[in-house]
Amino acid sequence: MTTAALRRPPRGLVVGAVAVAIPVALPLAYLAYVVAQDASLAWDTIWRDQTLRLLLRSSALAAAVTLGAVAVALPLSWLVTRTDLPGRRVWTVLVTLPLVIPSYIGAYLMVSALGPHGLVQDLLAEPFGVQRLPSIYGFFGAWLVLTLFTYPLVLLTVRATLARLDPQLEEAARGMGRSGWSTYRTVVLPQLMPAIGAGGLLVALYVLSDFGAVSILRFDSFTRAIYASYRASFDRIGAASLAALLVALMFVVLWLEGRTRRRFAYYRTAPGAARRPQPVRLGRWRWPALAFCATVTLLALVVPVSVLVYWSLQSVAGDPNWSEISSAAVDSVTAAGLAAVIGAVCAMPVAMLAARYPSRLAAVIERVTFTGYALPHIVVALTLVFFGTRVALPLYQTLAMLVFAFVVLLLPLAVGAMRASLLQVSPRLEEAARSVGRGPLAVLRTITAPLAAGGVAAGAALVFLTAVKELPATLVLAPIGFETLSTEIWTATSVGFYERGAIPSLVLLLISAPPLYLLTTRHQP
Amino acid sequence: MTLTDPATDRAAPGSTAERDIALRCTGVRKSYGPVRAVDGLDLEVEAGAICALLGPSGCGKTTMLRLIGGFERPDAGEIEIAGIPVAGARTFVPPQRRRVGMVFQDYALFPHFDVAGNVAYALGREAAPERVAEVLRLVGLENLGNRYPNELSGGQQQRVALARALAPTPKTILLDEPFSNLDAGLRARVRQETREILLKAGVTAVFVTHDQEEALSLADVVAVMRDGRVVQAGTPEHVYGRPSDHWVARFLGDTVVLPGEAHDGSVTCELGRFAADASLAGRVDVLIRPESISLSTMPGRQDTQEAVVLHREFYGHDQLVTVRLESGTEVRSRSIAFPAWHPGDQVRLAVDGPVNVLQAALR
Repeated sequence: MTTAALRRPPRGLVVGAVAVAIPVALPLAYLAYVVAQDASLAWDTIWRDQTLRLLLRSSALAAAVTLGAVAVALPLSWLVTRTDLPGRRVWTVLVTLPLVIPSYIGAYLMVSALGPHGLVQDLLAEPFGVQRLPSIYGFFGAWLVLTLFTYPLVLLTVRATLARLDPQLEEAARGMGRSGWSTYRTVVLPQLMPAIGAGGLLVALYVLSDFGAVSILRFDSFTRAIYASYRASFDRIGAASLAALLVALMFVVLWLEGRTRRRFAYYRTAPGAARRPQPVRLGRWRWPALAFCATVTLLALVVPVSVLVYWSLQSVAGDPNWSEISSAAVDSVTAAGLAAVIGAVCAMPVAMLAARYPSRLAAVIERVTFTGYALPHIVVALTLVFFGTRVALPLYQTLAMLVFAFVVLLLPLAVGAMRASLLQVSPRLEEAARSVGRGPLAVLRTITAPLAAGGVAAGAALVFLTAVKELPATLVLAPIGFETLSTEIWTATSVGFYERGAIPSLVLLLISAPPLYLLTTRHQP
Repeated sequence: MTLTDPATDRAAPGSTAERDIALRCTGVRKSYGPVRAVDGLDLEVEAGAICALLGPSGCGKTTMLRLIGGFERPDAGEIEIAGIPVAGARTFVPPQRRRVGMVFQDYALFPHFDVAGNVAYALGREAAPERVAEVLRLVGLENLGNRYPNELSGGQQQRVALARALAPTPKTILLDEPFSNLDAGLRARVRQETREILLKAGVTAVFVTHDQEEALSLADVVAVMRDGRVVQAGTPEHVYGRPSDHWVARFLGDTVVLPGEAHDGSVTCELGRFAADASLAGRVDVLIRPESISLSTMPGRQDTQEAVVLHREFYGHDQLVTVRLESGTEVRSRSIAFPAWHPGDQVRLAVDGPVNVLQAALR
């Protein structure tokens, strides 16, 4: 450090970041290797009619859910930020909350309520003799459930932008004689497009990589087919080819979103509007507005939670297997906790390099660590199974392999949170400490680390939160006998014992609450 | 000329042999890609002096300060602090071993420490409570030791930053635009307080500013920077009254430029005849500060010119009056706001202050 320029990163940091990036890049590289080895077979698999139908079905579902989520989120975000909607603050919380419910739990609750021998049919069977309900399975069910539990992703990004928009632009448009609707369409909406695009991207990628909800709702999507072909025959090359195709599809979605972003780059918003805009008076329209918010809340929150409570009460009455549930909870917390700690440690050099020494190398390393996050969990999990059975047999069927998968999948959550908090620590503070005689390590310990600690905690909390409810990787990679809450729920649902999944679901939501609370209150002053 | 020339009032610096040089920069260069931020800069600052690095934005002054502090490494050239080389072809002393205090533009106070904690951090192992109190007393913040930075006003934050930089008793202290984050009203006061604190601490100070008023009123030595070099260094009176070229003259303040003819140690222009450097001959420019030009209605003085007032800008403490001479040349005069001149007034104009003669600029 004495002779190197301060702009050049310390060698240890670069070595650390590279040491993290290489294993994280392993699944995608290994998948490419597996497919390339049997290229002709892979090519045949890809060009099968069945595969093309799969491609169409998955794309159609992703597009339909994205449109549905935007259609729900756009009016909601406007109502809760810009109008005098009665109870605006309460609605803001209520319409965001469905994000907390993992989509496979949502699907399980929907099936258990509306499926054959579900809650609703049981209620209707006695008095009305109803034997069959319109089927919840298939495209419609998958669309409904995924829309209900992913629209908050769009809501959050759009709401954040809407709150930052400069009201002066709208006032200027009104001053030029535009009506309220015309102003919204010509001034507000174009400025929201990047946020809609970003939120929509999250939804589309979520749908393409979702495994639990589509499987429970028996919709034949890519992820379900990949899992089926792996389970049925250990058909490696078939599963790997489908996985590679799915990854390609996700890159297409990313590319499409990147194009819209470039087009709308002109609409930059001024940082921090000077003052809050006058809320729009809804007048008589507040009744339909309230009805809309209430319907969304009813479907996405009240119904699932009520069903969950109902089954939990049923389950408690039927003397549930408490020791199984508690051991599943312990397993869940163990795996997610290890992933959170190891993920936070691995994220440190990457985040430090990206925040403090931006360079081409840092950008490449950061992008590499993002590959795992962009991949569907089922793809990463299967790739690791192949890798484990062929190359790293001692690791196959161990907790270490599962934790490694979590780190690969979730590292960017930790890197992102950490980098953001490091960027908030001005390099001037570090320089000030240097100028009063402290060496680089002392500065790291006394200034940087304490100030960035919040970001480290947030990163770990995000990893924990996502890992604890993770389903596909856990299902495929967990060692025999290692049952987590998510696999318990999966098993209960697949055999149709709806009440057996209720208490694990409830426990899962309760375990998620503390880290979620930590994350949501952190930014409040 | 019977008037004394304030530009030469202050004693000129002594000869090199007897001066105690606290900071010496020789041929310092620093580029960022194709941009040459510092391009062969030479600078010497005497021990105990307050030196202003004055220049427009982008002239490389902050980069130079960071080079002195050790936060950047020069591409070429040498930097010596108190006679010890700290940066050069084969040497680079990291910032923590330079014993140079730094006050950052945004103060860079540690948000997780209170005021006393910020000062104690700078003291390191010697951080006895008495010593912390002593440093806080120096900057007049003895009662605010347990406030946190976000609970302080801008002026107080600036003083904490100063206290923290002075705490390890460095020989030299660097200040990066130290007053730019303060409101105009507060600035003049904090400036004088800062000067007093620096003098009391007996440190050599180098500060960066783009505000000529700040440089002239606070510094003992002003080094005017342009395009990564020092183009002129000297006492404030000297650089203001005897700028070395047209650019420096204009950068330091409003200037009236009149063409003239020089020969044998004097110069003749439309406003009269003045003493000039004997080496100058032929076409020259005569540079006069507007406050050196006075207006009156009194007839009779030999050296006055007839003129008519064109317009007047009123600034409260003074006024800037543009007049037209009989020849049609327009000249600006700055004076106290009384008497108030009005467009059309017939006035007499006299040069009552120093003039500066430079070789004529190419037009």
